[in-house]
Amino acid sequence: MIQVENLTKRYGATIGVTNLDFRVEKGEVLGFLGPNGAGKTTTMKMLTCYLSPTSGTAKVCGFDILDQSMEVRKRIGYLPERNPLYGDMTVHGYLDFVARVKGVKPSARRGEIDRAIERCGLEEVPRRTIGKLSKGYQQRVGIAQATLNDPEILILDEPTLGLDPKQIIDIRRLIRNLGGEKTVILSSHILPEVSQVCNRVIIINRGELVAADTPENLRSRLATSSIVRVALRDEGDVLARAERILAKIDGVVAIREKPREHGMGAFMVDCAPARDIREEIARSLVAEGLPLLELHREELSLEEIFLQLVTEEVS
Amino acid sequence: MGQLAAIYRKELQHYFQSMTAYVMIGGFLALSGYFFFSVFRYYNYLSYQAGRQPYIGETLNLIEGVMRPLMGNMSVVLLFVLPLLTMRLFAEEKKQGTFELLLTYPLSDFAAVMGKYLAALTVFAVMIAGTLLYPAMLAIFSNPEPGPVVTSYLGLFLMGTSFIAMGIFFSSLTTSQIVAGAATFGVSLFFLVIGWAAPFAGPTVGKIIAQSSLLDHYDSFSKGVISLPDVTYYVFLTAFFLFMTLRSLESSHGRS
Repeated sequence: MIQVENLTKRYGATIGVTNLDFRVEKGEVLGFLGPNGAGKTTTMKMLTCYLSPTSGTAKVCGFDILDQSMEVRKRIGYLPERNPLYGDMTVHGYLDFVARVKGVKPSARRGEIDRAIERCGLEEVPRRTIGKLSKGYQQRVGIAQATLNDPEILILDEPTLGLDPKQIIDIRRLIRNLGGEKTVILSSHILPEVSQVCNRVIIINRGELVAADTPENLRSRLATSSIVRVALRDEGDVLARAERILAKIDGVVAIREKPREHGMGAFMVDCAPARDIREEIARSLVAEGLPLLELHREELSLEEIFLQLVTEEVS
Repeated sequence: MGQLAAIYRKELQHYFQSMTAYVMIGGFLALSGYFFFSVFRYYNYLSYQAGRQPYIGETLNLIEGVMRPLMGNMSVVLLFVLPLLTMRLFAEEKKQGTFELLLTYPLSDFAAVMGKYLAALTVFAVMIAGTLLYPAMLAIFSNPEPGPVVTSYLGLFLMGTSFIAMGIFFSSLTTSQIVAGAATFGVSLFFLVIGWAAPFAGPTVGKIIAQSSLLDHYDSFSKGVISLPDVTYYVFLTAFFLFMTLRSLESSHGRS
């Protein structure tokens, strides 16, 4: 559906994105992940033909974003960051305007608008003024206008930004439902969101592609070393002794002590790759008669993967 | 075509659903009504004098005595009103971010610009159509020559088309409505008064300056003459600024 080749955008001397290369297949929900200023929005603006690339190109449904921008624009629904809307129009009036501007045929217009209203859960507010709606509803209006004229691809820039938790859940559900029939690209800097909604993730940082894979694969690929959490009761010199014992165990790479709380002290033990030393840790601590309370292997969250990737990139 | 109409419709709706159109049309009509009243009163006074001093009556006619000064005053009022009408067209969209969304629709730049331009032109047309009441009143109580009335309205309309084209151009350059309005006002005022410098410039430059003046080209219309150079001047100025607006849009997205 979308092929991006060596896409580069520079603003004067500043780099927006450099040499991006990726593909998006039909029906995929692709998450665009990166810290603020990484180039997510720039990439999306280029795919929607609002910005032109400095070099490189992208093809959307086989059409070039530079030479056949009209064809590309017919096939894309776009929700820009911060969801710009005409606040003085009614929901229905606005969708009618967008349908006309997108060139929906007069005979199909009514059906298209009704479908968008229904799909995005706007049945209760079609006659209300957009500016007076809650942010969650406004976001739905933004998504509704993107889905008008039945585009094959939806590009949503930070679709859940600034919403309350319930609205976020609603919007995510809406996006997941759209995902089956349409190809969706969404950007986010909220990681759980991406792992919940997307079947593939692209991480970019400082304008460069850092990783592209499914959330699960990213996790397993990066989980080369594991972390074990060891908690003991905090009494006397227990913690100091425990640290000495842990340090002697073969396969321990580093030990970080966590703040003590509720009469308990804990260590995060980084283990050498591909070794499970939980048993050994338990045995040696108990053999010394130390009050072991918890022993747990930590899974790498997407957050940690992200941080790891992004910080690697910086250093 | 349908897309151009959609933009046109939306802009017109905005003008008439917000107070904008009513305030501007109302204000313009109130001011021009006042001008008509005072010009007509003065004309009345002169006719009264002419009864006693016949030589005054020789130069007295409704076109020279009422319509020309009235239209002259209206063109100055337009100078203030039209920038207010055009300043938000693109500046507001740019500020709100809807501009970006608009440009990602399958919509040609031409349709976007022309839709907005024609909407502003429509409000302007309604505005000056309201002032047709004054020559209509003259026609009821007297018999002004119809020719010069028609041509002076044509001239005023053409002048307005260029003001609006300038306005939409400056609006496409900035995110600030104030900047767009002030720039339009400044530049159109400059084009209006540039002719004043003509007598003091050399013969060649003086001619160029005189030919650039919005006011000098209006003169023949107010006398009942439609001359090709004058029509061409306004059409050219309008086309030039609309073309510049298209270029400005193009430079903001950089696609062809």
